[in-house]
Amino acid sequence: METIADFEVQYSQFLNPEGKPSSDIPELAKEPDALIGLYRAMTETRVFDTKAVNLQRTGKLGTYASSLGHEAAHVGIAAAMREDDVLAPSYRETGTMLYRGVRMEELLLYWGGDERGSDFADVKNDFPYCVPIATQCLHAAGAAMAFQLRGESRCAVSLNGDGGTSEGAFYEAMNVAGARNLPVIFIVINNKWAISLPIEEQTATKTLAQKAVAAGIPGIQVDGNDVIAVRHWVERALARARKGEGACLIETVTYRLSDHTTADDASRYRKKEDVEAAWKVEPLIRIRKYLTELGIWDEEKEKALLEDAADKVDIAVQKYLNTPKPPVESMFDYMYKELPEFLEEQREHAIRYADKNGGEHG
Amino acid sequence: MAEVTLIDAVTMAMAWELEHDPMVVILGEDVGVNGGVFRATAGLQKRFGVDRVQDTPLAEGMIAGISIGMATQGMRPIAEIQFMGFIYPTVDQMINHAGRIRNRTRGRLTCPMVLRAPFGGGIHAPEHHSESTEALFAHMPGIRVVIPSSPARAYGLLLAAIRDPDPVVFLEPKRIYRLNKQEVEDNGKALPLDVCYILREGTDVTLVTWGAMIFETIKAVDQLARNGVSCEVIDLATISPIDYETILESVEKTGRLVIVHEAARSCGVGAEIAAIVAEKGMYDLKGPIRRVTGYDVVMPLFRREMDYLPSVSKIVDAIGAAMHD
Repeated sequence: METIADFEVQYSQFLNPEGKPSSDIPELAKEPDALIGLYRAMTETRVFDTKAVNLQRTGKLGTYASSLGHEAAHVGIAAAMREDDVLAPSYRETGTMLYRGVRMEELLLYWGGDERGSDFADVKNDFPYCVPIATQCLHAAGAAMAFQLRGESRCAVSLNGDGGTSEGAFYEAMNVAGARNLPVIFIVINNKWAISLPIEEQTATKTLAQKAVAAGIPGIQVDGNDVIAVRHWVERALARARKGEGACLIETVTYRLSDHTTADDASRYRKKEDVEAAWKVEPLIRIRKYLTELGIWDEEKEKALLEDAADKVDIAVQKYLNTPKPPVESMFDYMYKELPEFLEEQREHAIRYADKNGGEHG
Repeated sequence: MAEVTLIDAVTMAMAWELEHDPMVVILGEDVGVNGGVFRATAGLQKRFGVDRVQDTPLAEGMIAGISIGMATQGMRPIAEIQFMGFIYPTVDQMINHAGRIRNRTRGRLTCPMVLRAPFGGGIHAPEHHSESTEALFAHMPGIRVVIPSSPARAYGLLLAAIRDPDPVVFLEPKRIYRLNKQEVEDNGKALPLDVCYILREGTDVTLVTWGAMIFETIKAVDQLARNGVSCEVIDLATISPIDYETILESVEKTGRLVIVHEAARSCGVGAEIAAIVAEKGMYDLKGPIRRVTGYDVVMPLFRREMDYLPSVSKIVDAIGAAMHD
């Protein structure tokens, strides 16, 4: 017997949990403005997320999927993308969406049960949150195919979690992207948990990056708590795809510090010690330490950033809370470009009963 | 004007749109060099190139998913699923995304795609190649379901489906792909969706049917005409959303309704039509609504498939019974 194919999986980390840079840290890590921009976005994501959970706890928001702990992955990905690239997120990618220009009040509207939250005012082509697992990987591949056919220098980026790698759609999307050399990047945010199922039970593979091997595309594992590594490798992957060199898979390893959603209680299925250990390597600490070490960050700046972020979030919350319910007929008005005749009767029925519905249920 | 079969008309419609709309692309298994297992895309890749008529890897859910991705970014994909028995992996994408994306983004993203598939029995095909499950898609909000029953309607309705700003599942009755020829002018003129087509006018009984069953129904109607029974035959054509107005007007005139479809009876599209006529046209009815349908069983393999399908005798008897109510 002879070996006719084998593979290796590279791992990259530039900033360790203590904020110490490795010798091969990319140029980006020496640009103060860029670094502060990343840190600012990560902090805003954290502040927004904390507020969203609180809103849910006080009955002002529906079930919410927290992004706690994912800030480096989320922001690093978005920072590497161009404005005219297209994002196909799962339901947890708050940080990526905010950085792309989705407004905070839009995300709150979505989790607050209002479709208008996915009608992004400033981001025209990105996909909204995707709840059915890994189905969005195919939308990204399709978007990439559209760009390729039209000869546009644009890429699609799809994000899904570790659980999503068990879905057929995840593999199908990578496979077609490999076969057609599509300008699409698949990013797995491996936060170690698919609700209650730990990654060790999700798959027998040592890494998720190696799932790329079966699709014939490169795969790499990156420290998902290191924003510099995430941004660097996503940027590299996008540059490669833009040159016509095709798709790749990036696994960002992080940890879901929150419950799966506000409807979940993770203490039922995971150990407190594990979560405490994950807090020690979470993404904000190391970049803040690094910035401080570089002499471009201090407590005063930190305080100002937190206040600024809180103000920004408060304004968004006010906008969200002050947005009246959508008109009842809106559930009909976006089903088709033109309302089919048979729906008009149901539409009128809904309008007629809309005022009577309060308090009659349950 | 050329005399063409239903499948020729399908090819002609796609060729017209490929020629006239650069955003139209065809995707599917074996649709390229091979021209499709039924030859629906024969010659199209040669004429329009490998970018416009693409062979995909073998994964139906993928075909639907990438079509949605393309459609939301300005393309007009026409995806072919080889047989309806292989369409079920697309259900996740169609119900969760194709039918929802306009609504969930308030029209920011839309999904102008067509999912084409041959369907129906009666061609001695292998297992999983003969079912009629249009009701599955008809139950999905936001999805149009269209079934042609003649070359002219295949041409005009497929053009309309491709140009429609929303997703359309276009199901082609494969038993009649090459059953007859009809003159069809290749002029790019679409036929309206969301309306029924009255194939025969009559005064005694309304027959509502679609797809290949048009042929058995017309035969039954011709047979009964010799006994002086005057039947109105309506081709439903758009299975969802249904043009109830035409059906109700007809029932108002005839007072009798017989629905004929190949699909299994329970929760079939016939049940919905019967329910609407019961709700809105009951006082026009002279007797019970009757259905001639497939049975609520697994479609038998081909030695018994014709016993499963509605036949001329079954339809004649149902009309006869309706006339005696």
